[in-house]
Amino acid sequence: MFPNLKNPVFTDIDDLNEMARQIRRDIINMLLISKSGHSGGPLGLADIFTALYFNKLNLLPEDPYNAERDFVFLSIGHVAPVWYATLSRRGYFPLDELTTLRKVNGRLQGHPAPLKTHGLPGVEIASGALGQGLSIAVGTALGLRLSGEPNHVYCICGDGELAEGQIWEAAMTAHHHKTDNLTVIVDRNHCQIDNRTENVQVLEPLADKWKAFGFEVFEIDGHNMKEVLETIDAAKKVKGKPSCIIAYTKMGRGVSFMEDNYKWHGVPPNDEQGKIALSELPATKYGDFVDYYKEK
Amino acid sequence: MNYIHKFENFLIEDLDLAKPELKETRRGFGDALVELGKSNPDVVVLGGDVSGSVRTDMFRDAYPDRFFSVGIAEQDMMGTAAGLALAGKIPFASTYGEFATGRPFDQIRQSIAYSVMNVKICASHCGFTVGPDGATHQSLEDVGIMRILPHMNVITPVDYNQTYRAIIECTKVNEPFYIRFYRDNSPNYTNPNAPFKFGKADTLYEGSDCTIIASGLMVWESMMALEMLAKDKISVRLINMHTIKPIDRDAIVKAAKDTGCIVTCEDHQKIGGLGGAVAEVLAQEYPAPVEFIGASDTFGESGKAAELYEKYGISSRHIAEAVKRAIKRKK
Repeated sequence: MFPNLKNPVFTDIDDLNEMARQIRRDIINMLLISKSGHSGGPLGLADIFTALYFNKLNLLPEDPYNAERDFVFLSIGHVAPVWYATLSRRGYFPLDELTTLRKVNGRLQGHPAPLKTHGLPGVEIASGALGQGLSIAVGTALGLRLSGEPNHVYCICGDGELAEGQIWEAAMTAHHHKTDNLTVIVDRNHCQIDNRTENVQVLEPLADKWKAFGFEVFEIDGHNMKEVLETIDAAKKVKGKPSCIIAYTKMGRGVSFMEDNYKWHGVPPNDEQGKIALSELPATKYGDFVDYYKEK
Repeated sequence: MNYIHKFENFLIEDLDLAKPELKETRRGFGDALVELGKSNPDVVVLGGDVSGSVRTDMFRDAYPDRFFSVGIAEQDMMGTAAGLALAGKIPFASTYGEFATGRPFDQIRQSIAYSVMNVKICASHCGFTVGPDGATHQSLEDVGIMRILPHMNVITPVDYNQTYRAIIECTKVNEPFYIRFYRDNSPNYTNPNAPFKFGKADTLYEGSDCTIIASGLMVWESMMALEMLAKDKISVRLINMHTIKPIDRDAIVKAAKDTGCIVTCEDHQKIGGLGGAVAEVLAQEYPAPVEFIGASDTFGESGKAAELYEKYGISSRHIAEAVKRAIKRKK
């Protein structure tokens, strides 16, 4: 259907898992350099981003805005490090640029900055203020359908973010217009900045909520690469209604002292913590973009 | 001596100031959308349940596949519009002034202005003129909160004809726009054949003692004030500042240099709107006495539009008095 576009890069589960681990190492290194940013969410999403960008999405890194591309919207802009690392690893921009996270005059802004003003390849629109991504995704899905285009639209939402009313406004619009070219992926890690989600505001029964709003719902282990891949395929096949993948993940996945700990929502590791983190995420065949401790 | 000198090209021929044609500005919006729908397949319209009120129902009925109902959900409407723009469409998102700006401000800020999305936000029912509906529906802050957003263009047409032309013109610029108009019938007096020059003010009347810089419905009120002032032998320039952003700095500075004082008039808060914009330019480039006509840091209330214009000090009589005050302040 998309003769011009490339993917998958990897079909082997082991290759994908290794890339996800490399992206986790990249996230740690980026945060060590920037000394500012979010650790937990990005680490938790590395498997899903790897599955999308290295296997499932229709995309062309050298022509990032090719008309046939699938659209990705990151409603939770604060997990930008996992997106930047993935885009860079996939060839959208040089790995060296990962050293510029959150730095002045840089394209890797703390939260994804708009294409027109900052020009980071792969980013469609700004995000950061929570709750806004799904409306944009629905609008794009409607526009593509009106033009008769087969592109699929993905929107990645956090779980804490679902308290924002606009998410449910958008869900109603998606249902009303039967946008089956849209898949929402909810990063269900049960953590948000203040506490565990159910302590801040009860979110369950979450799958029932999405079902009630007219979505075909899939519940998966967001760290099981095979399950992630299969479910992305299944969601795309849904007809007549939008789909929602609730991906159960662990905030800080891969780093023992961060895992499932909401206190790692919004802070970077210090040098000592970074060293431990990298030791728990063994080096991969893809290689690091920096040797942080050597350069220090 | 004739104290009123009209520039014919901006106004319709044979304009009868005592008996102008009355027409809705919102209808100018609705008619322009239907026209755009004919010529441009990328034009799409979002409905927030008030399609009949904001006159998007005509587009909806003519091009149902290009009309997207999102319910009473203005925040979602702005985001959906941004998404449609990303898919290459030219979306018009329309509702009442307060709900087109105040309610979805953060959505407009991040997803439209910061992201420089080609979304046209069109607000009907602005200002005091929704009268009986009361303060909740009287949008008096919308120009201010749209004007402070980087990348946002702000237009306040004066009548049906100019609203129509502004809507057509804004599709030629691939940037976010905020366009403000009104519910009620109002005088339709601008020349339908005059080009709408985005960012360039229209000088409707020449004068030497003072300049009135007005927007929207207050341009007509100012024309009535000119009649009163002429009786007192006061000659006033009248500028229709239909584009609040980017504002026509040259016209403002020239007016201050030529006439020595300025009166700004708007159906909006004095703070942050046209008055603020004009004062910012003068403070930087050519300080001159300015009198402000507009809401004085207050909300409105229920009542007929004319009663509210009188009570809140924005009628033609108040404008004429402000002109006299401004002239007295000249050195």
